Amino acid sequence: MSSQEALLEVQNLHTGFTIDGEMHHAVKDVSFDVAPGEVVCIVGESGCGKSVMSLSIMDLLPRHNGKIDKGQILFKGRDLASLTEDEMNNIRGKDISMIFQEPMTALNPVLTIGTQMDEVLINHTNNSKEEIRRKSISLLKQVGISRSDQIVNEYPHQLSGGMRQRVMIAMAIACQPQLLIADEPTTALDVTVQAQILELITKIQEEVGMAMMLITHDLGVVAEMADRVVVMYAGQVVEDTDVDRLFYEPKHPYTKALLDSIPRMEETREELNTIKGIVPSLKNMPQRGCRFVDRCPAAMPECSEVDPQLGEVEKGHAVRCILYDTSHPEKRAEV
Amino acid sequence: MTNETQTSEYLLQVEELKKYYPVRGGFLRRKVGDVKAVDNISLELKRGETFGLVGESGCGKSTAGRTITRLFKPTEGTIKFEGRDITRLRGSELRDLRSDIQMVFQDPYASLNPKMMVGSIVSEPLVNYGHGSETKLKDQVMELLSRVGLPQDAYYKYPHEFSGGQRQRIGIARALALKPKLIVADEPVSALDVSVQSQVLNLLKELQEEFNLTLLFIAHDLSVVKHMSDRIGVMYLGNLVEVADADDIYHDPKHPYTQALISAIPRPDPRNKSDRVILSGDVPSPQNPPVGCPFHPRCPKAMPECSEKKPQLKEVNTEHRVSCLLYE
Repeated sequence: MSSQEALLEVQNLHTGFTIDGEMHHAVKDVSFDVAPGEVVCIVGESGCGKSVMSLSIMDLLPRHNGKIDKGQILFKGRDLASLTEDEMNNIRGKDISMIFQEPMTALNPVLTIGTQMDEVLINHTNNSKEEIRRKSISLLKQVGISRSDQIVNEYPHQLSGGMRQRVMIAMAIACQPQLLIADEPTTALDVTVQAQILELITKIQEEVGMAMMLITHDLGVVAEMADRVVVMYAGQVVEDTDVDRLFYEPKHPYTKALLDSIPRMEETREELNTIKGIVPSLKNMPQRGCRFVDRCPAAMPECSEVDPQLGEVEKGHAVRCILYDTSHPEKRAEV
Repeated sequence: MTNETQTSEYLLQVEELKKYYPVRGGFLRRKVGDVKAVDNISLELKRGETFGLVGESGCGKSTAGRTITRLFKPTEGTIKFEGRDITRLRGSELRDLRSDIQMVFQDPYASLNPKMMVGSIVSEPLVNYGHGSETKLKDQVMELLSRVGLPQDAYYKYPHEFSGGQRQRIGIARALALKPKLIVADEPVSALDVSVQSQVLNLLKELQEEFNLTLLFIAHDLSVVKHMSDRIGVMYLGNLVEVADADDIYHDPKHPYTQALISAIPRPDPRNKSDRVILSGDVPSPQNPPVGCPFHPRCPKAMPECSEKKPQLKEVNTEHRVSCLLYE
C-alpha cells in the first residue's frame, strides 16, 4: 500500500522494556497499515505484544522503563514517535482515540460521567460550557444510553459494565476521530452485552466513517468485525491478510493451530487440537530463528537458524514463515 | 422410581436448592433483604457424565457449584449424594464427604498456596485423609503429576515457577488425589489462553474417562461447555431456565434466553455470521429480581402473563426441560 492511501503506517516498530538493565523487546519488527475506514483486527494470545503495540502508537508506554527503540509510526505521513508531548496531546482523543478493556479502571471513580465527557471536548474544541454539556448528552444518546441527561450527573460505579463501556465509546468518538483503537473492548463483558457493544461499535464506525484497530484474543469477534486481520505471536506479526483468507486459507502454522484449537458450537469433537508448550516469556525469547519453533508442528532444523521475514505469498497475504519464504523455493514447493 | 434405581443411576440429586445471602443495613445491621444468588434449582447428575452449567456473570452458577459441594450452607432444598441426604451434614461426616467431592477453581493464581511446594500441595489431601506412608505418598504424587502432564521435578518447585496452564494442571492433580467420585470444575479454563485452554480441556476429558469421574463443569462460554458436556443446564438470575442434551441445547434451544445466548456468541466463521437476537438492557439485580419470569424484562417473546406468573421447569421433550410460559 502506498503512503497516500494509508491512514496509519507502522514500520519496523521495536518497543522494548528495560528489565534489570537489559532491553527486552515486547514488540519486535512489527509493520502493518490501516487504511481510512478500514477495520483491522490485531489478534494474539496474552504476551504477544498487541497491547504494547497499541500503547506505542498512543505514546502511552510507562515512561520509566518502556520505549520505542526503533521504527516509525506514521499517521497521515507524520511520525508520531517524533512529536512533542504537546503535539501528541492534540492528536490523542481528537484524531486517534482509544477504548480500553476494563471500563471501571479507565473511568475516574470520583468524577461524574458528565465531567469526564466534557473534558475531551474542552481540550479539543473552543465551545462554551453549555454547548459542551449539550454535546456530551447527545453523544451519550448516540451510544444508546436512554436517560443521558441524568447519567451525566452520575458516577461510574452507578453504571453497569456495559453502560460504562458505552460511556467510553461516547468519549472516544466525541471529536470524530479518524482512527479508533479498541483494546479488548468486550473482554470484560458478558456475551449478551458483548453482542450489544459490538453492534454499537459497528454502527458508530460506519456513521463516523473512522478506521478502527480492534485488539482481541477472540477469533469469534475477529470473524464478526474485521476487514483485515494481523496475527501476532511473541511480539511479531506472523500473518497479515483479509478476514476471509485468514479463516479459510490460513498459511502460518500458528494461525492454523490457533483456529483448530477453539471449540466450535456447530461440531462435536472428542478432542481439540492443541499447541504444545507455552508462549515464551519476554526474558526467554529465542534470540535466533523463528519464535514459534518450539511449538510448531511443521518445524524444520533450519527454523532455529534463520530469522523468518514477513513476506507476501500472494497479493494482500503476508506470512512470516520460512515454509513460504521465496528465498527457500525448494521448501515452498512442499506446502 | 425406587430408591435403589436412583442410587445406581444418579450420583447427585439436587432438589429445589436455594442459597440466599442476607443484606444488612442501617445502624443495627438488621437484615433488610436477600440476594437470591441461587433461587430454586433442581438437577441431577448421572454417574460418569459431564453436566455443564452455563450462564452469565451473576447468574449464580458458581454459588450453585459451591453450595452443591457444601462449601456453602444451603438456605433451602435438599442435596443427595449417592442417595444420601448431605444437605445438613456437619463435622466429621462432612469431612468424609469431601474426599468424594473435589473442586477445581477458576483462578490458578489464587487457588494454590504460593509458599507451598507443588509436592506438598498435591499431597496435602492425601495426608489429611491419612493415605499412605511418606515414601508411598511421594510415589503417589509423582504418579499424579505425570498423569496431568507435569514433569517429575515439578514436585520441588513452587506455583510461581509455572505458567497458568501448568498451574491449572496442579489444581487438577490435587483434586484427583483422593480419587473423588465428583469433581466440580468452576470456570477451569477462563483464565487461560486459547492454545493452552484446549490442552486443559483435553486433559479433563481424558481423566474423566480414565477415572470414571462425574464432572460438573461450570463456565460462561457456551462453546466450551458444549464441547465438554453430555447435558447442559442454562442459568439465569439464580434459576435454571433450560436443561437438555448438549446437542439439543445447540440445535433446538427452547427458552428465549438460551436462544439469545447462542445467537450472541461470535462465530469464528466470517462467511456465516449469526443472525443476532440482541437483548436489551442488563441482567437485573438478584437482590430485587423481577416478579414473574426473571427473564421477562429482557425477553423478546414476553407476554403479559410473564410478569405475573413464575414459570416452573417442566419437561417438554424427553430429557429436555424448560422453564417458560410459552411451553406450558
